[in-house]
Amino acid sequence: MNYLMAVFSIVKKDVLMEWRSKEAVNSMLVFALLVTVVFSFIFEPGSETKNEVVGGIFWIAVIFSGLLGLGKSMVSEVQGGNLEALLLSPVDRSAVFFGKFLSNLLFMLFMEAVLVPLFTVFYDVNIVARPKVILVIFLATYGFCLLGTLFSLISVRTKTREIMLPLMLLPVMVPVILGAILSTNVFIGGFPAENAGNWITLIASFDVVFTAVIFAIFGLIIEE
Amino acid sequence: MEKAPLVALRGVVKRYGHVAAVKDLSLDIPEGSFTAIFGPNGAGKSTLLKILSNQTRPTSGEILYSGVPAAKLEDSFRSKFGVISHQPFVYDNLSAKENLEFYASLYGVKNAGARACELLKKVDLYTRRDDPVRTFSRGMLQRVSIARALLHDPAIIFLDEPYTGLDSVASASLTNILREQLEGRKTILMVTHDLKTGLELASRVVIMKKGRIIYFRERGEVDASAFESVYLEQAGGPEAAG
Amino acid sequence: MTLRKAEKVFDVLALIAVPAGLWFAFMYAPMEVRMGAVQKIFYFHVASAWIGFFAFFVTFLMSIMLLFTKNYLYDDIAEASAGVGVIFCTIVIVTGPLWARPTWGVYWTWDPRLTSTLILWFVYISYIMLRKFIDDPDRRAKFSAALGIVGFIDVPIVFLSIRWWRTIHPNVVQPGGGGLHPGMRTAMFVCLGVFTVLYICMMIKKLRLIRLERRVRSLEG
Repeated sequence: MNYLMAVFSIVKKDVLMEWRSKEAVNSMLVFALLVTVVFSFIFEPGSETKNEVVGGIFWIAVIFSGLLGLGKSMVSEVQGGNLEALLLSPVDRSAVFFGKFLSNLLFMLFMEAVLVPLFTVFYDVNIVARPKVILVIFLATYGFCLLGTLFSLISVRTKTREIMLPLMLLPVMVPVILGAILSTNVFIGGFPAENAGNWITLIASFDVVFTAVIFAIFGLIIEE
Repeated sequence: MEKAPLVALRGVVKRYGHVAAVKDLSLDIPEGSFTAIFGPNGAGKSTLLKILSNQTRPTSGEILYSGVPAAKLEDSFRSKFGVISHQPFVYDNLSAKENLEFYASLYGVKNAGARACELLKKVDLYTRRDDPVRTFSRGMLQRVSIARALLHDPAIIFLDEPYTGLDSVASASLTNILREQLEGRKTILMVTHDLKTGLELASRVVIMKKGRIIYFRERGEVDASAFESVYLEQAGGPEAAG
Repeated sequence: MTLRKAEKVFDVLALIAVPAGLWFAFMYAPMEVRMGAVQKIFYFHVASAWIGFFAFFVTFLMSIMLLFTKNYLYDDIAEASAGVGVIFCTIVIVTGPLWARPTWGVYWTWDPRLTSTLILWFVYISYIMLRKFIDDPDRRAKFSAALGIVGFIDVPIVFLSIRWWRTIHPNVVQPGGGGLHPGMRTAMFVCLGVFTVLYICMMIKKLRLIRLERRVRSLEG
């Protein structure tokens, strides 16, 4: 009960702060939009190849702007020493982790919700071609935020601050990135949904495995 | 058998990379005591405070809370600690009251709103309670920080240079707050440069230099008027007093 | 000091093993009919791959041990093994294309094993970089343990995902031998043994170095 209360308090605090400043969501959105526009130069306007690459562009936009948002969210904890204060408070350390994780997840899902219609505008492609794409987006974003929160917490406490985050995060995210792009493409291309089944299972397994791993080891990593 | 001290250090060493910040420290903190820790910059005072408040694990040596090793403590034990550090531990974009309410919720404080207001009154920031703390001056942040540390009525209070940035009115009010806490049988550890205030409140006096405790006396054994020269002599030259 | 004795023993062993491995690969094993001499690289490629994975497995185990015991010896072994593992991993990534070019006509093939090895290489490069960027030994040990654990658990998932993506790698060690000549198989296992000796030899040297660094630091303080 205390555990859930602590998680909830941290999420509530982050949402309140974001509501005031809108810094993280705004910068993520602008960056995602920028990626979307810049990547449109890789094919001829209106060419048919776009359906094959647009899923990839969507996920690249999500992942790179996500890196930006994760860094931002953790820097706000380090400035003013708040992370220290959170760790000093009498709550289980993994509650601090899952609080930060949930607020990152919320902000990224919000960003994606805005990004999807923008893809319809710029590419004339509906990313959410089938309702199942929502599941793909949720599961992949979950996995990304999960390890992203862990690594951003580690990264901000190194000498180089945010630099280590993408270097640590991108290699281990390969299965999720691959799965998200390929299963999104299955739905956009109108192929049979079974083709995406394996990928969705893979991403879901990734999420389950690493949720358990972090739950088990986070307290040991962060205690000081 | 004698009761175990509230906090006890046994041969504690803390190293950051090549540098040892604290070397072979042993120290007992009895309940209800007020220990003032003096020393020149870089003497390891802040590190000592971080080790005592279990924020940093020593490289070697042991730390015991009422006889229990730090590693065996429950998470809930940390609610006994109140820490005022160099950093304010507040979120810029939240108001003073929101900051306090947030931390109160983590500590499971009942009636968080009322408790936050009570403490904001105590540090004389009640009228500014709804302003975001990024608009606050250094001294005001320090006062929020004091309020934040006392929210959950901690049994042990760790203060790292708490008087920094405070004007004379705020300083006097902090001194009063600390007196109140002492009367409530709270244990206090304070790192400070301010010899006068330190001596005024402390029941025990420690001087640190280069990571070691070089001087330790009960307050009763210390002659206040002569202490400054003792300090300068022990801490090595007047340039060390800064 | 036992580590120093072990170092001497393995120095001698490596001195004998390396020429033996070369002899088995170049003289004992028959020449591959189609690929010719290029195929010889296979013995070192496969052995490096096995040792590379094994090294990261050691890092993974030691990371877990460190988190649960807080004994820095495990941190030192984890660091040493990751450093040595990256070397073998690099050999895999370099020898792979050298073989692929004459055999398949391209340097890089996005096949599951080679690509997984590349991803693995990135994970452990970031592991080594992370260690360089943290000064506090306690924090460094725990944070890099997190990456060591997450990175290794990720390996099979990465492999699976890339295999689903595409596959053209020759599967040489399937049950039943998969058409590999007995002489070649012997040479392969001999090379695996040689590389294991090399791994242990390098591990001991690296570990001694790390232990000495730690001692120097504690004396400086």
